[in-house]
Amino acid sequence: MHDPGATGRFGDYGGRYVPEALIPACAEVEEAFRAAWADAAFRRDLDRLLTVYAGRPTALTPAWNLSAELGITVLLKREDLAHTGSHKINNVLGQALLARRMGRTRLLAETGAGQHGVATATAAALLGLSATVFMGSKDMARQALNVHRMRLLGAEVVEVTSGSRTLKDATSEAMRHWVTCVDEAYYCLGSVMGPHPYPWMVREFQRVIGEEARAQCAAELPAAIPDYVVACIGGGSNAAGTFAGFAGTAAKLVGVEAAGGAAISGGKVAVMHGHRSYAIQDEHGQILEAESVAAGLDYPGIGPEHAHLHELGRARYVTVTDAEVIDAVRRLARSEGILPALESAHAIAWVLRAARDGELPPGATVLITLSGRGDKDTTTLMEIP
Amino acid sequence: MNATTATGVAVGPRLRERRDAGRKLLVPYVTGGVSADWTDYLRAYADAGADAVEIGLPFSEPMIDGPTVQEASERALHRGATVRGVLADLRAARVDVPLIVMTYYHLVAREGHAEFCAALAEAGVRGLIVPDLPLEELAELEQATAAADVDLILVAAPSGAPSRLREIAARSRGFVYAMTAMVTTGERAELPASAAEFAARLKAHADLPVLLGFGISTPEHAVAGARAADGVVVASALMRGLLDGATPAESGAQVRALRAALDEVYG
Repeated sequence: MHDPGATGRFGDYGGRYVPEALIPACAEVEEAFRAAWADAAFRRDLDRLLTVYAGRPTALTPAWNLSAELGITVLLKREDLAHTGSHKINNVLGQALLARRMGRTRLLAETGAGQHGVATATAAALLGLSATVFMGSKDMARQALNVHRMRLLGAEVVEVTSGSRTLKDATSEAMRHWVTCVDEAYYCLGSVMGPHPYPWMVREFQRVIGEEARAQCAAELPAAIPDYVVACIGGGSNAAGTFAGFAGTAAKLVGVEAAGGAAISGGKVAVMHGHRSYAIQDEHGQILEAESVAAGLDYPGIGPEHAHLHELGRARYVTVTDAEVIDAVRRLARSEGILPALESAHAIAWVLRAARDGELPPGATVLITLSGRGDKDTTTLMEIP
Repeated sequence: MNATTATGVAVGPRLRERRDAGRKLLVPYVTGGVSADWTDYLRAYADAGADAVEIGLPFSEPMIDGPTVQEASERALHRGATVRGVLADLRAARVDVPLIVMTYYHLVAREGHAEFCAALAEAGVRGLIVPDLPLEELAELEQATAAADVDLILVAAPSGAPSRLREIAARSRGFVYAMTAMVTTGERAELPASAAEFAARLKAHADLPVLLGFGISTPEHAVAGARAADGVVVASALMRGLLDGATPAESGAQVRALRAALDEVYG
């Protein structure tokens, strides 16, 4: 998992497919990020915020009861314990510091489940920036709590009513809006997608998950490295950050997509939202609406580095159904006292299935990134018998 | 890659010839497949004095289109518009002005560059605009369009550094498409004063005609834009009318008014 260089390519994927109007802005972000990432003072500022504000390092919690039930060792990387309730804060604090360093006064963002929007609103409040968050009207309805949180934090939430009224349309709208305000606004993208340098930059800001987890696994596991590293995938930022910590090890990497939005398992190569990767599409190339009980995973595409890892065979991408996800939420809540986000429960669901089917051999060690907590999903869960 | 025998009217020679004759150029837009009779608008535009017509091939994730063109694209997709279907309609339309397709790179790449360009040429389309394909990614499509005798028209943005603007002017074919401002497509109340300044800057680099687009909504805008540029592209203002029920004759009248204003001032 390398620096994709000036072209922003991960193998055949990635790149910078944006209107000419946005090219200077992307180049400016890339230049600023390269300089900041090489600057010890920037890294110190970010590390301090991650520690004293976001609550890092997050715990690595053995899932004692589930492990006993399944006959394997399950370790949970607890991004749900991070401030604002998900891993999204890691990336946003990095990008917000970068925006401030670039002299920008306003953050633009898109959000699906609302977690990236809440993280953006939070970082903007902390650093004295304003925030505008684009969100599909369908997502606004099912994530009303997060909409309210964003507004409490001072962000403007812009309802997107075009297309399928979900994350893909919010992303398109945010990018279109960026064209009109590149001089004062910084586009704070929420996942490992978009034009170069975003997929790479967001992975670097999320790398902290994998690096912490690797050190914690070394203290927890006799073999130091887990046999499997599992994370849910929408765009794929928590998975990219987790995988980055284990890329050089023998651990098997598994990304879990929603069955109704499985870009790698059910999609084809596409150029969308500024990069080349996989996306689900119809026979004429029109991008399809993804369907998932988890608003954060109903994105029809996937970050370009995941497409590359898939092609290399370094990571494996699987799917689970909504029904398996709901079951996983309930199992984890009752066995460990942890209510995971519906997104994160995708990773749990695959592990439950793989353990049941014998795909995970008895005694296997499994690290699961619990990317966020499920408080935001309680209304959705209340509606499911 | 095999060279294709192109049909249709070539973009570059026609626009250059008219520009050199002192005429200000007018390129109206229509979204392919937006209505059952959408090619009637092409004919109406041509009859009303369009120098070329731009046709949008709708994509579900447009990156530079404002609300009006988005609405038109959604309507077209809802009606079942496809790349092949729109091109088949164009092949049958036989309009005697240069035809230019605007679409997003995904729809080009999934067909294959050579195949896509050959299909354009076969349908009589001789110009192509792909707004999400920047200079760095252009080379392969540049070759394919050249082989098919299709002009690859590049979009220049006011945010571009002088070196980029020079390169866009040098590599564009047919004409150079200059954005009036850092905006998405859409109707505007006023044409920003900086548009003329930008067009003038581009003209210093370009031997090709330079046309201003994005927000040209009225005959007054067209006249103001054409003062510094060689002409204008008009999209959303026409599509707004069409979406609100304008017939081909009524949209043709809109184009005729734009033509008359340009001719009156510059003719």
